[in-house]
Amino acid sequence: MTVADTTIVGLSPSRLALARFRRDKVAVVALCVVVFFVLIAIFAPLLTSVFNLSPYALDRQALNDYGNPIGRFGGMSWNHPLGVEPGTGRDILGRLMYGARVSLLIGFIGTIVTTGVGLVLGMVSGLRRGLLDSVITRVADLTLAFPSLLLIIALNRPLTQRLESMGVPKGNFARMTYIILVLTVFGWVYMARLIRGQVLSLREREFVDAARSFGASNTHIVFKQLLPNLWAQVIVFATLSLPGYVAVEASLSFLGIGLMAPAASWGIMLGDSVKYYRADPTYLLIPGVTLMILVMAFNLMGDGLRDAVDPKSDRQQL
Amino acid sequence: MLIFIARRLLFALALLFAVSAFTYVIFAALPSDPAALTCGKNCRPEVIALNRERLGYDKPIVVQYGQYLKGIVQGRTYGASEGVHCPAPSLGYSFRKHQCVTDLITRSLPVTTSVALGAFVLWMLIGVGLGTMAALKRGRWPDRLATVFSVVGISLPTFFVGLLAIMIFVIWTGFLPFPRYEGITSNPAKWFMSLILPWFTLAVVSASSYVRLTRNGILEVMNEEFVRLGLAKGLRRKTLIVKYVMRAALLPIVTIAGLDFAALLGGAVITESVFNLPGMGKLSIMAVNDSDLPILVATTLVAAVFIVIANAFVDILYGFLDPRVRSY
Repeated sequence: MTVADTTIVGLSPSRLALARFRRDKVAVVALCVVVFFVLIAIFAPLLTSVFNLSPYALDRQALNDYGNPIGRFGGMSWNHPLGVEPGTGRDILGRLMYGARVSLLIGFIGTIVTTGVGLVLGMVSGLRRGLLDSVITRVADLTLAFPSLLLIIALNRPLTQRLESMGVPKGNFARMTYIILVLTVFGWVYMARLIRGQVLSLREREFVDAARSFGASNTHIVFKQLLPNLWAQVIVFATLSLPGYVAVEASLSFLGIGLMAPAASWGIMLGDSVKYYRADPTYLLIPGVTLMILVMAFNLMGDGLRDAVDPKSDRQQL
Repeated sequence: MLIFIARRLLFALALLFAVSAFTYVIFAALPSDPAALTCGKNCRPEVIALNRERLGYDKPIVVQYGQYLKGIVQGRTYGASEGVHCPAPSLGYSFRKHQCVTDLITRSLPVTTSVALGAFVLWMLIGVGLGTMAALKRGRWPDRLATVFSVVGISLPTFFVGLLAIMIFVIWTGFLPFPRYEGITSNPAKWFMSLILPWFTLAVVSASSYVRLTRNGILEVMNEEFVRLGLAKGLRRKTLIVKYVMRAALLPIVTIAGLDFAALLGGAVITESVFNLPGMGKLSIMAVNDSDLPILVATTLVAAVFIVIANAFVDILYGFLDPRVRSY
């Protein structure tokens, strides 16, 4: 066969990335796990009603006189596959399904908002330089100097009240808004820094100069020249920060900040389980392991994605 | 070099001022009336008014902030005639606990420091050790083990690790007594016993990212020209790795570690509440539940001071070690 016979096919970077991702078995499995959780979260109301696993119904029958679940492993039975909550008799599987909604909702919204804000501020900072850049950079320094977890805890009650007085629906909606708000306030910095650095180096490259020399507008440069070069990093960064937000939500709920029972959140369940350590260890393990699986799946998926979009990567290098 | 240090310190000072001002303003702008929070629900208005005057909440915010800063330098008396005096550095007075905030903090700081120091030593040992092993045995089972450890560690929330640790080592096996904090001076053995679990909990969670950083750092440095030069001129592999590769690879890690450590000093909030340790984090959580504003302002401020100082220290250290940084 001569050289002329072979057609040389160039693949676009995204096709290449997709091919690399597909070859990464761990990442593909992780993706499946994530999809599984997302589906459960979306169809939680349907699933719980079909299988009769209401997350709110109190089942006194499943508890003994001391309020502990009857039966082994936290009261696992055909009616309650993963057992019931001690004290209330609410179904754990049903609550896990609803808890997945909270975790994923905060994870996704938190990621989208922080990534968006960080992306915009980072691009502005890198493109405009000058005064605006120094202001944004200084604000970023200031944000990083604050002990974020302490402030999130301290401001929880007063700010949630303020949100409610501003017309945000009371209760768990306001609490969730608060969490997303503070996640954004403290989370945009990392994204902004990454993007600013990238834009500072990209803007000096020849293709941007070339576009400028043709008289391209700033809009064109931002959307057609810079953003296509940034999206890979943005997506990888977002995917890797999402599990962090899921874990933060659980930690906050565990500390008694954030959502309140009877709403179902894995963090609330874990915080509640501390009271039943000795009597019912299953109640601690089930939400904890579920949380770990979801967070790990996101992390592994993010790792795979990062390797896939990085042209220099080979899996061994990780 | 001196100019670099001076600039860096000045920046740190400015940042501290900004942080303290912001902290003060944020808490002052809250909808709650700090004077009304000083006594219980059935409080007479006169008492509130008196406390407001005592604590200086009747003055404009700028004046209040000025008084606060002055109190840090000179100490401050709260109230006019029969007031309470808190010696410098006074970070405020908690009407809920009837104590100077500084005293409360000096009591919880040793606890948090104990937790942070031990955890730091452990996580650096585990993280750097496993990371180095993984890099040197790349692709073989130590590497796999380290990868699994780091993925699992990163995915485990601190509080879950802590709860699991209590469950396994305290409740199931009875290996350890339930952690009850004891000061190092009063009973070192009990101090050590009470901190083993918190240390390991924090170490497992934090070490995992250091495993990755160390592994990637070492692998990157191994590709550098000077390593090939060293090999070419006949240096032993061990010497080369310990003296040259590790030194270059660990530099960025030490700086990150410094920042992480400083962040912990401000209060290992979650670990402290899981293990019920009376440190800075626990103090803050209690203050939140009591709506004790002076304590909250102070803990936030102290935590921020640690972060800013660590940042400046790390930057200056880096300036010494890596001359390229100094130019800015």
